[in-house]
Amino acid sequence: MLGRLARDRALLAGLAIVTLLVLAAIFATPLSNFPGDVTGFNPAQRLKPPGEVYWLGTDRMGADLFSRLLFGARLTILISVSATAVAVLVGVPMGLVAGYYDRWFSDALMRISDVFLAVPQIVLAIAIAQTLGPAIHNVILALSATYWPFWARIVYAETRSLRNEVFIEAAVAMGASPLRVMVLHVLPSIASSIIVRTTIGMGGTILAAASLGFLGLGAPPPTPEWGRMIAESREFLPQAWWYATAPGIAILLVVMGFNLLGDGLRDTLDPRIRRGS
Amino acid sequence: MGLLLDIRELSVAFATGNGMARVLDAVSFAMRQGEIMGLVGESGCGKTTLARAVLGVLPETAVVGPGGISFDGRDLLAGDTQDVRGRLITFIPQDPLGAFSPLFTIGDQMGELMRWKSPERVAGERGYGRGRRRADAARILAALRDVQLPDPERLLRKYPHELSGGQRQRVMIAMALLPEPRLVIADEPTTALDVTIQAQILKLLRRLASERGASVLFTTHDLGTAWEICDRVTVMYAGQEAETAEVADFFARPRHPYTGMLLASLPTSVAALRGIPGEVPSPFAPPPGCRFHPRCPRATEICREPRIASAEPSPGHHVRCHHPEVWDVA
Amino acid sequence: MRLLALALRRCLWMPPTLLGLALIVFSISHVIPADPARVLAGENAPMEQVEAIRHKFGLDKPLPEQFVRYVGDVVRGNMGISLYTQRPVADDLVERLPATFELALYAIALAVLVGLPLGVVSALRRNSWLDQIVRLVTIGGLAMAAFWLAILLQLLFSMHLNLTPVQGRIDGWGPDPITGFYTLDALIRGDFETFFAALRYLALPMLTLAIPAMATIVRFTRAGVLNVMQSQFVFYQAAMGLPRRVVIWKYILRAALIGTLTQIGLVFGNLLAGAVVVETVFSWPGLGTYAYQSILQSDYNAIMGFTLFTGSVFIGVNLLVDVAQSVLDPRGR
Repeated sequence: MLGRLARDRALLAGLAIVTLLVLAAIFATPLSNFPGDVTGFNPAQRLKPPGEVYWLGTDRMGADLFSRLLFGARLTILISVSATAVAVLVGVPMGLVAGYYDRWFSDALMRISDVFLAVPQIVLAIAIAQTLGPAIHNVILALSATYWPFWARIVYAETRSLRNEVFIEAAVAMGASPLRVMVLHVLPSIASSIIVRTTIGMGGTILAAASLGFLGLGAPPPTPEWGRMIAESREFLPQAWWYATAPGIAILLVVMGFNLLGDGLRDTLDPRIRRGS
Repeated sequence: MGLLLDIRELSVAFATGNGMARVLDAVSFAMRQGEIMGLVGESGCGKTTLARAVLGVLPETAVVGPGGISFDGRDLLAGDTQDVRGRLITFIPQDPLGAFSPLFTIGDQMGELMRWKSPERVAGERGYGRGRRRADAARILAALRDVQLPDPERLLRKYPHELSGGQRQRVMIAMALLPEPRLVIADEPTTALDVTIQAQILKLLRRLASERGASVLFTTHDLGTAWEICDRVTVMYAGQEAETAEVADFFARPRHPYTGMLLASLPTSVAALRGIPGEVPSPFAPPPGCRFHPRCPRATEICREPRIASAEPSPGHHVRCHHPEVWDVA
Repeated sequence: MRLLALALRRCLWMPPTLLGLALIVFSISHVIPADPARVLAGENAPMEQVEAIRHKFGLDKPLPEQFVRYVGDVVRGNMGISLYTQRPVADDLVERLPATFELALYAIALAVLVGLPLGVVSALRRNSWLDQIVRLVTIGGLAMAAFWLAILLQLLFSMHLNLTPVQGRIDGWGPDPITGFYTLDALIRGDFETFFAALRYLALPMLTLAIPAMATIVRFTRAGVLNVMQSQFVFYQAAMGLPRRVVIWKYILRAALIGTLTQIGLVFGNLLAGAVVVETVFSWPGLGTYAYQSILQSDYNAIMGFTLFTGSVFIGVNLLVDVAQSVLDPRGR
């Protein structure tokens, strides 16, 4: 199993990128050249192109983009991990209960998730984020409120198909309580699907959070949010090309990292849904 | 009669993530024109790989050789055999539902086969003229009647999922015989079917093949089935052939200890393998020499040597064993 | 018959789903701190006027009653007045619809026309250099933020190469509407100059929307073809010596495309979502900018109108995909 994991180059690349992101977030302060720049203002150093002092150039506030990107990694992790965690904590139990029982509320729960899926996620997220006002915790709330149905759906479908398996029926026949069966028997069997979906979902959450930031609905300035940095750069194009490029590449790499990791995990953990790719 | 199919010390291995799996180890056996040969063995013994090797459709990971397959004097391992496949050698698969594309009618798929593999097709012919099309359509209808399917015109307009399992396998038999092959390879053709219709289908296959003078290489894990429809039987164990004999001789005077122990454990099917202590060896690290020796009561030092044992105690009865005395089945 | 039943069942689910959607958006938009009556009346309007407006639009009624009234109005085709444009929301949506649909249709056409063959070829030449490049580009396309891609394209094509306009849909007013699709209208009138101008405006937003869609299509087509290649009927056909090109182009492709088709619904949904952001970057006068503006203005009638409309389109597309799929796959008939 570990051997197969290690042979998957895509998975290793994904793992490397995600590890780098986490390291960047943890060690943002020692790694950055100008940690003070993140919220500071240095008019003399405005919009400097990349060079020896400012590796990725500076922004409209004269802040070092590289340092801002490092601190932005912290924010990215905070938002995507919390939003995904809430979505998982809401979606997984709902899917589990709806899939395990076959009662009226099973249908009802799935219809509710249908309603949430009937409109593009980002539209709902924008509406919620705008209503609640620009703040980090509101972005997290908006994203988790719109993304939980994905987990509910997948857990529901998997639980349903497990319901008639012999080992589940055996557990029920031995008198295990429904809660026990769900947590100790169903959940471990579907854990790999949840892990895969969550990994890929992290990439989606990061993209959505960046879009909210770009539209001005994310954390307020001067927070070093990657999406907002790209929005700010637009006034200074085409001269300050580095201003838009650096955060965009950061988003691209990180989302790619999670997607690669998710694909690799799926191929390794879950041969049933292996895609041959 | 001369040899139709001659397999000589054929070895096939598969490259896998865990190393080379040596699935066939110097397998030899031969078939005569017109005979029905049963290839019997547990799953994993290599019989399906052998069937695939003859058809020329081994997976890309297969490493073939040394050894050879000659069909009517032609080396099947040299060059492209697309002109042989589906024409001189045809195939009946295990699961007839999976073998049809679900998206095209039976008529479409039989027509497609005849377009490329009709006996009336001249090699290299590109188009599909009206004359041949009409002749092929008549052949298809006749073939469906031969396999005792009622109302063939209507059947041709149906999709595979609309037929029963038995009907689908009858269509498969019709398709296998339509190109007028010399050899039909039937890979466990009845395992996917209901027990009650298995016998009907097998008898039908036997009768139609004999009428046309076609040979059948029939793989199965069921000795009873082999007894019912085969002229000769070859038993395989862990990638080696153990014994080949006329069916009567095979059941009355088995000589390989594996065969003997199998027959002794009847009516249990081979798959269950009750009564033989020990385990089937892994193809990744097979025992040297005869692969059965770790479980064999007659094993001696010589069985561990790489030299292939070969005995022909009576004409047409081949045993790959250093101790080929008749095994007392009773 | 089963087809009809399927379509009917899906249609019957549409109203409750939309009702649920309306309820969600209604709840979201009515916790908006801004007072809609105040917004409607204007910043400096006297209190009496605000109260009059509040009464006129029923904003003084309890929320459940307001919701029931709203739903009743929508059923009769009245989606309320936009607080921002001061026009009926339904009119606003209809007016902006062609711009978004023209953009989306071009994008999805481009994505399918390029993505489908690329996915097939990539699967057939699995692990070749072409496949490696296609896979790399696909992974990138799926990971790219749409707004960033938009900016990169503007930077390259508009600012450096001067090939395309930075923003907007047309110079001046555009051709007199027949269909509302500028390219089509210009062609119908034989006005090739306008046609090419419209195309130049379309190019970048279309590309921005098409690239992630293309990546999705390539990915699913490739996986689908590889999956079908593993199936038993392909093995049977090979064992029976059918020519490989027939097996691939007739049997494998047909099966794989049905799988890809189911993804088009998903792709279309992503496209509509992308439109909100992409239209904003390109100032494209479609539904996406409208939605964004109304959200910023707390224009709740417009927000609800847009959401319900998008929801119906989304459900409708998925219904069409399901029907098309069961037409193409005889097992579903």
